[in-house]
Amino acid sequence: MLHIKCPHCGIRSQNEFSYGGDATIKRPELGKEISDQDWDNFVYNRKSLRGKHWELWQHLSGCRQWIKVQRDTATHEIFKTLKANEEIS
Amino acid sequence: MTQSFRLESGGLINRDKKISFKFNGKNYFGYEGDTLASALIANGVHLIGRSFKYHRPRGFFGAGVDEPYAIVQLYRNGETEPNIKATEQELFEGLEAKSVNCWPSVNFDIGAINNFLKIFLPAGFYYKTFMWPKSFWYKIYEPFIRRAAGLGTASIKHDKERYEHKYEYCDLLITGSGPSGLASAYSAAKNGAKVILAEDKSRFGGTLLTSEVNIGNQSGKEWADSIISELKEMPNVTVKNRSQVFGYYDHNMLVMSERISDHLPKTKKFHPKQRLWYIRAKEVLISSGSIERPIVFGNNDTPGVMLSSAAKEYMKVYGVLVGKKPLVFTNNDSGYETAIEFKKNGIDPIILDTRKEPQSEIIEEAKNMNINIKNSYVVVAAQGYKKVKSADVAKISDNKEELGSIENIECDCICVSGFWTPTIHLASQSGNKTKFNEDIDAFVPGISKQNEKTLGAANGIYTLEETLKDSFEKGNLLSKKITNNENKVSFPNVVEKKSTVHDKFWCVPLPKGKNYKRFLDFQNDVAVSDIEIALKEGYRSIEHVKRYTTLGMATDQGKTSNLNGLQLVSKIENKVVPAVGHTTFRPPYSPVSIGAIVGREVGKHSKPTRKSPMHSWHEKNNAVFVDAGVWLRPRYYKRGEENLFEASKREAKNVRTNVGVCDVTTLGKIDIKGPDAAELLNRVYTNAWLKLPVGKARYGVMLREDGIVMDDGTTTRISENHYHMTTTTAQAANVLSHLEYYLQLVWPELNVNVVSTTEQWAGAAIAGPKSREVLKKLFPKSDVSNEGLPFMGYMEADLFGVKAKIFRISFSGELAYEVNVESDNGYFMWEKIIEAGEEFGIQPYGTEALSTLRIEMGHVAGSELDGRTIPYDNSLEGLISKKKDFIGKRSLSRKAFAAEDRQKIVGVIPLDKKTSIPEGSHLVKDSNAPLPNPKLGYISASCWSVEHDNPFSLAILKDGKNMIGKKLFVMSPLKNKVIPVEIVSSHYVDPKGERVRS
Ligand SMILES: [Zn+2]
Repeated sequence: MLHIKCPHCGIRSQNEFSYGGDATIKRPELGKEISDQDWDNFVYNRKSLRGKHWELWQHLSGCRQWIKVQRDTATHEIFKTLKANEEIS
Repeated sequence: MTQSFRLESGGLINRDKKISFKFNGKNYFGYEGDTLASALIANGVHLIGRSFKYHRPRGFFGAGVDEPYAIVQLYRNGETEPNIKATEQELFEGLEAKSVNCWPSVNFDIGAINNFLKIFLPAGFYYKTFMWPKSFWYKIYEPFIRRAAGLGTASIKHDKERYEHKYEYCDLLITGSGPSGLASAYSAAKNGAKVILAEDKSRFGGTLLTSEVNIGNQSGKEWADSIISELKEMPNVTVKNRSQVFGYYDHNMLVMSERISDHLPKTKKFHPKQRLWYIRAKEVLISSGSIERPIVFGNNDTPGVMLSSAAKEYMKVYGVLVGKKPLVFTNNDSGYETAIEFKKNGIDPIILDTRKEPQSEIIEEAKNMNINIKNSYVVVAAQGYKKVKSADVAKISDNKEELGSIENIECDCICVSGFWTPTIHLASQSGNKTKFNEDIDAFVPGISKQNEKTLGAANGIYTLEETLKDSFEKGNLLSKKITNNENKVSFPNVVEKKSTVHDKFWCVPLPKGKNYKRFLDFQNDVAVSDIEIALKEGYRSIEHVKRYTTLGMATDQGKTSNLNGLQLVSKIENKVVPAVGHTTFRPPYSPVSIGAIVGREVGKHSKPTRKSPMHSWHEKNNAVFVDAGVWLRPRYYKRGEENLFEASKREAKNVRTNVGVCDVTTLGKIDIKGPDAAELLNRVYTNAWLKLPVGKARYGVMLREDGIVMDDGTTTRISENHYHMTTTTAQAANVLSHLEYYLQLVWPELNVNVVSTTEQWAGAAIAGPKSREVLKKLFPKSDVSNEGLPFMGYMEADLFGVKAKIFRISFSGELAYEVNVESDNGYFMWEKIIEAGEEFGIQPYGTEALSTLRIEMGHVAGSELDGRTIPYDNSLEGLISKKKDFIGKRSLSRKAFAAEDRQKIVGVIPLDKKTSIPEGSHLVKDSNAPLPNPKLGYISASCWSVEHDNPFSLAILKDGKNMIGKKLFVMSPLKNKVIPVEIVSSHYVDPKGERVRS
């Protein structure tokens, strides 16, 4: 079980969180024209990376905030966590 | 039976307390402190079971967790448990055990015929033999394999025992209480660190209990006892015996299983049987010691062949002789310690040492005791079927390839020592990159990935002095880093006998003309010849060889077999062992009972039960409940002898003719506040929300980004910037997360707050043509007329002094209202509704009637919004705004979603108007078409229409738009039903929707 540092609550066990996928995907702006390909890329196409990966988790049984977590998908090492409004650098 | 193999004195057992037990129906005695294994050996019982594949006789091989053979079916306090190691099971009064894997009895086993057919059961036998024909699998092969395999029978009874889970945090977790565990725990504890010391066995001390050493002028055992009693007194230390740390997981979390009651005849009141500890440790010190490895020779699985260290442990701990004419076969000094112990107890052993001229203090001592030592000698084969009777031995050449002439030595046990294998399972599980240590011919931990260090024998350190020094130091350093406190322990004086190097010899060659089976894996019956076949057939990766031959795949996970298997592969392949590499170690280190893993989350405790504030009223009024997610909801209210069908029909009919009341507390409720609340709703729902006036409700559908319907419900504008959203019971949590996702990550600029209020409000739906009359009586001061409270209207009102919210919304298609009050007033509200409704014939209705009402209305619910349908499929396309964008809109223009013959919801009626249609059935054009019959759609929900008094179903049907009036067939192969049906509109009742507006 992972130990995830919620930027709001501190270190908590994984079972308080739920996984939310790739954190680098940006939702296309509402009302803007978009090609089929770009839309498919947003909705469906994901890279299954091995290694460092920015991903979303929600602290569901805690502060309910969505957070960004940089995790190694192979080793589960967590390098950094950010609040929802903090930019991935 | 007399304990003919029990020594007169000695051992750590309590001879004052006799314990009676039963094995295979026979009565025996042992002593308190015995294991089932030691007590059986004391009674001269060596035949314990039959082997897995060949059903060869099996005895005892070890004295603890590494035991591959002695697995029994245990009976305790009316319960039974399979796969119990006799070497681990402590004896208790009334214990009963039986052999497994033998039929009809352990002495005469029919499966042993496999042994004589062994030519037919080589490596990969199962793969090769049971491959084809395919049709044989189900009826012939599978039952055969199932019968032949398995090590005992699981109970099918409910387990009455209680199992607990515990979460713990500590600075240092130390796994094993041998010299390294004790020393490191002691120095860390002295520095004030929070320490957990876990010992798998019942006694602390590990090898200190059996080795002839002296620490600080005390015997090993005395020193261990004094350290443990001091540790037990320290408030920062938790000392646990009978506790196996079996898994090392991510982020330094380890799991330990504590056997609290397994050694007792009966679990004490209020005690659990076992407790699973989830331990998050800052640092882990692995002090799990090492396991002696066997030397491979002919018939080395015969009962009476066992590890030399086990023979010593039986003598020193249990006062039991494993034999009276022992042969010790060794390639190192450890065998001498066992021989010396035999000699001290008046037994004359013979030592066969593979080495030519070894010299050390221990060997000197053996010589001085006049023990018969044969150098450059090996055991070629054990003789005897159910027990060793003699051994064929021979001199071996210096290059270890040529055998001299065979001599036969009479003996009743062969104690083998092929040196020691560090127990690196936990280190390997933690991600440690292990490395091969040439000096000890085994893998040891290398580069750590997590905060873990390995000590003593587990790290390949085999002298006590070095072990203690290293362990005191590591315990001190790691704890100092955490506590910033140093309280150094002075190092005790250590006396131990020096040993010399071992011989890298592990497998005795076959003598000319003999084809003895030489076993590597004792539990899975994998012999040298099996590995040779696998390699001949082209298997190269050790992981493949393992799976093909099942080497190391038994419940003992190859604790005694892995390294010899690797040696063999590397020898045949002409590679060095590290190049072959070891297979992956996976948790659990040793089998853990399912009960411990599940803990208390069984039956009703497997999930929380949510009840509405009106629950006790439902109970009092004969409600039959149904699980709706974690909620308990009344399914129907039983009257007299009614069944589900009759009751729900009555309840639904009463809604259509009079008035009914339904507990709708479970609906998800989300409070939405903020100046941008309307904008949020406008983006998450498919229809327009910006112009909804205060005091009005609107029905909405929300999609996922892929265009699939996520949920539906009504949202009411309570005031300018305040909305009350309802969701389906099932999707309540997901919808809240969904809103939070968009507010926090996608549109943080929206000034809106959302919070779940599901449990804050109790809800009652009052539905039926007479519902307004009921409302008038409940709220005499409010204008609830059609003008005062029109369809989709909302008002706040006073319910006899209680604040209430009234929503004029309908799920049943009738004139209907939903009344919400604060949860604490829910019961009061419900009673008032029943009271007021009495004169109008009000009846409570459950989920079954609720379903009937919505199905005949064609109102979609969970079975249609099943994560596979878009708005069009549910005839909800009218709710899609063309003017604005919203979540998932772009996906709706995808080709498949816009197809002309897209699936759509329809109604289905059986032509005979009698046969009810099973949910999940398929719709087909021709019921006699060859299989696979093309499926046109599926039945999503079925009911008995109370309006029309015949069966009615909803279906999602391809090109549903153009199918109305067509005749099709419903097929349910599961229920073996073929029903001719007609396709009709999904709105079977009040298609114009006049009633809700009346
Ligand atoms: Zn948090």
